[in-house]
Amino acid sequence: MSQPNEKPDFRQSNVYIIIYSVVLTVVCGVLLAIAALGLKPAQDANIEMEKKQNILSAAGIKTATREDAAKLYEEKVSAYAVDFTGKKVDKVDVSKLDLAAESKKKPKERILPIYEISNKKGEKAEFFVVPVYGFGLWNDIWGYIALKGDVTTINGVKFDHKGETPGLGARIATDEIQKRYIGKKIFKDSKLTPIFMEKGEQGGGDRSIAVFKDMPDKVDGMSGATITGVGLSNMLDDYLKCYESFFKGKLGNNKVASN
Amino acid sequence: MAEVAEKQVAEPIFSKKNRKLLTDPLNGNNPITVQVLGICSALAVTVQVAPAIVMSIGLMLVTAFSNLFISMLRNTIPSRIRIIVQLAVVSVFVILVDQVLKAYVYDVSKQLSVFTGLIITNCIVMGRLEAFAMANKPIPSFLDGIGNGLGYGLILVTIAVFRELFGSGSILGYKIFEAMNITYTGNGLLMLPAGACMMVGIYIWIQRSLNGYREED
Repeated sequence: MSQPNEKPDFRQSNVYIIIYSVVLTVVCGVLLAIAALGLKPAQDANIEMEKKQNILSAAGIKTATREDAAKLYEEKVSAYAVDFTGKKVDKVDVSKLDLAAESKKKPKERILPIYEISNKKGEKAEFFVVPVYGFGLWNDIWGYIALKGDVTTINGVKFDHKGETPGLGARIATDEIQKRYIGKKIFKDSKLTPIFMEKGEQGGGDRSIAVFKDMPDKVDGMSGATITGVGLSNMLDDYLKCYESFFKGKLGNNKVASN
Repeated sequence: MAEVAEKQVAEPIFSKKNRKLLTDPLNGNNPITVQVLGICSALAVTVQVAPAIVMSIGLMLVTAFSNLFISMLRNTIPSRIRIIVQLAVVSVFVILVDQVLKAYVYDVSKQLSVFTGLIITNCIVMGRLEAFAMANKPIPSFLDGIGNGLGYGLILVTIAVFRELFGSGSILGYKIFEAMNITYTGNGLLMLPAGACMMVGIYIWIQRSLNGYREED
């Protein structure tokens, strides 16, 4: 691209190049900063609504749009937080809780959100939805586990990820994988059994579900995504253990109620 | 590339030459099927029509505006760092597009995932900057960007229509075959990138047999 010039071109001098790059960087940086700040509220609102939709969908309540989900959430869900011993923690705004940061703390220090879904707010809970957060192969993975009123049977799960391999580990975000968790049980004779994902895959689809039908604490793995699967199992193990006291409290209550 | 910087007298925006800038990339000089650039996103985001449309609009805006700005700056850019300067300008527009998508069409932005960001490395954008904007005036450059964006979009949407129709039996999410009471089992191959690659191949084949374009030896 060099053009013929009679005198040495100032534009080719190092000083010019340095000044040029500095100015360019500053201008670009300012532009992006303004855009990022201006659009943040709208983006956060989207993420918040998506979270509500995910919580509902883990409990099997499908909503067409995020706006519907947000409305339904207000009607049905009461959110609160407990600590490791299962005691309610006051003065915590669950919606502001940073799960990524909480998951880095020691289990006993974590603040643990619970989303109770009932037909109408305040009535007996039909589902308990708890968030989980962990690490897959490349980056963070997270999700929601919805337990039925018996605090034992999984009604549905919802997983998502930041950067698992498309087509392999990223499958945790698909219905195909999430369906495998439906009906699994996290307690056996009041002992916690976090669901374990096996290595290898028994054919995928309905076959994978059928093969593991009689194993309430295991699900079929994902071929080619063993490490993501291990991450998934570890995440459930890590987080469900934190909730153990809370769940057991609820289990006890239920027994008393049924007697 | 045949484009050369030319002395231009003040000419109307839609002069014959400028119109050619817009229409050429649609067929004779299409960025995907003739220059064979930007294939990777053409394979990745064409499973459904909606993301393909959004991606095309995004790319068109990015090519058009980075062409415009680079062309305005072209006489000040030191040639030794011109690629970095181009990249910086492109990145700014791409990030803007990405942020806007995240704020206003969140679902589509999730589907496009990394591919919005990858517009930065899309060969079409850099290719047009190097081949056209660095040597031409702002307005023709802007039109060239729009034209190439349209050319890219044309292919993306065409491929996406076929893939969504025969892959999942719908267009823009509307179940066409179900509405016509035809039982249709989606063709799994078309849902995969390999199917898209074949579609692009077939498109190139049809286009070249129609307009008689040949690679020069």
